[in-house]
Amino acid sequence: MTEPSDLQAAVASGVVGSAGSFGELLSAIVQVARSIFGAKASSVLLLDEDTDELVFEAVVGEGEESLLGVRFPADHGIAGWVLATRTPLVIEDVRKDPRFASDVAEDTGYVPSGLMAAPLLHEERILGVLEVLDRPEQSHFSLKEMDLLGLFANQAAIAVDLLLRARQAERVLEEKGDLAIVAKLASVVNELEDERREAGLRLLGNLAATLGAKTSL
Amino acid sequence: MHDAVGHAGETLPAWSLPKDRVEGISLSSQWPDRVTREWAWGGSTGKGVRVCILDSGVESGHPKIGELESAVTIAIGEDDETIVTEDSEGDVSGHGTACAGIVRSVAPECSLSSVRVLGQGFKGSGNVLLAGLRHAVESGFDLINMSLSTTKKPFAGILHELADSAYFRRTVLVASAHNMPVESYPWKFSSVISVGSHEEDDPLAFFYNPNPPVEFFGRGVNVDVAWLGGRSITASGNSFATPHLTGICALILSAHPELTPFQLKNVLYLTATNVGGGK
Repeated sequence: MTEPSDLQAAVASGVVGSAGSFGELLSAIVQVARSIFGAKASSVLLLDEDTDELVFEAVVGEGEESLLGVRFPADHGIAGWVLATRTPLVIEDVRKDPRFASDVAEDTGYVPSGLMAAPLLHEERILGVLEVLDRPEQSHFSLKEMDLLGLFANQAAIAVDLLLRARQAERVLEEKGDLAIVAKLASVVNELEDERREAGLRLLGNLAATLGAKTSL
Repeated sequence: MHDAVGHAGETLPAWSLPKDRVEGISLSSQWPDRVTREWAWGGSTGKGVRVCILDSGVESGHPKIGELESAVTIAIGEDDETIVTEDSEGDVSGHGTACAGIVRSVAPECSLSSVRVLGQGFKGSGNVLLAGLRHAVESGFDLINMSLSTTKKPFAGILHELADSAYFRRTVLVASAHNMPVESYPWKFSSVISVGSHEEDDPLAFFYNPNPPVEFFGRGVNVDVAWLGGRSITASGNSFATPHLTGICALILSAHPELTPFQLKNVLYLTATNVGGGK
């Protein structure tokens, strides 16, 4: 028997949006974070629970081309600490220490001298980490910036949650091709307008009744 | 303390105070009418107080820290048993080292130990945190610095029990409040001392918050902290405010080892920067 969540996922993928568009939303959030803080780079790292790794999901600025998709163990480094403890952290004046943020340094040769990191929390789940690298050296860090970082992390967490849901929906459709028709149907009716939309919904209602739905839609 | 004897002859705890027992709970020291910082920790170095850093490990021998009394790492075995081993890896992120350095800077002669609960893989890290805290409580430390929290609701009940058991065993948990508007634990429990950040530079400046759940604010912005490789960096966050309060608690307990966690919290209140004795 097909799980209800699979059907729901199929409907969702038909009407809610694609993983691609949520990925773009995430990139936009990271871009704004970088811009607001005047930082050299900003990124979102997602937790891959299957492999116990963090993956660069969105990157703007330094390392933009080389870091996307790069993975490293989820229990080490600054990002690992933020992930495990669900606690934001800001460190600066790091100079050239390769052990610092080695997740970034090893793959790009770019060693940031400062980093702000906040957990991506959605309800009680931890989804990943938002990082902002190298704010301007002369700027004095204050608690206002910590609050701002938290706000961006919350926004990014919502985008990540949508992205993960869309990916799950796409995975379901790939694995269970017969459900693709449900996604297509939802998508088509969703895009109809006025009388055609009403007619479409009536048709679906009749279909549901024919299939045994107990109440009319 | 006294025990009552039950009908069957077994010893039972008595949660009441008969007249003839009042003298038995007389306090060993009387507080002055006005509790000042001088009375609370004047001349204290933290000597004799055992502090545990429950974190990512601590770099032993760091110039800002010195040698540790002990360092262990926590893992969970196949049968869900807690495995405690001597920690040869040190600090896996730098954060625990930073916290230890702050405690040392405030209370230079306290004893520092590390219980590492990170670096064993992200999966199951919540269980490792719980096991680590249980180990630290059972080890009888005077103070446990917890600059971390969990958002997992299933852990809240067990953490609550652990926090209460620490409180009654005279082990004080000093826990970071979350910087973001999320539900997390154990800082929200009233049996711990919860700490957020203020922006002042004085390491001994701390404020009582009359609007809980965060009870105290410590120095947590642009703090010069110890980091990996014997180095120092500048760091910000509630997780650095917490060890400042832990250090101040160590100073107070060193001067007044008889204090219960409840009394210690009272002394903190009375000596806070925004309260009489702290001015």
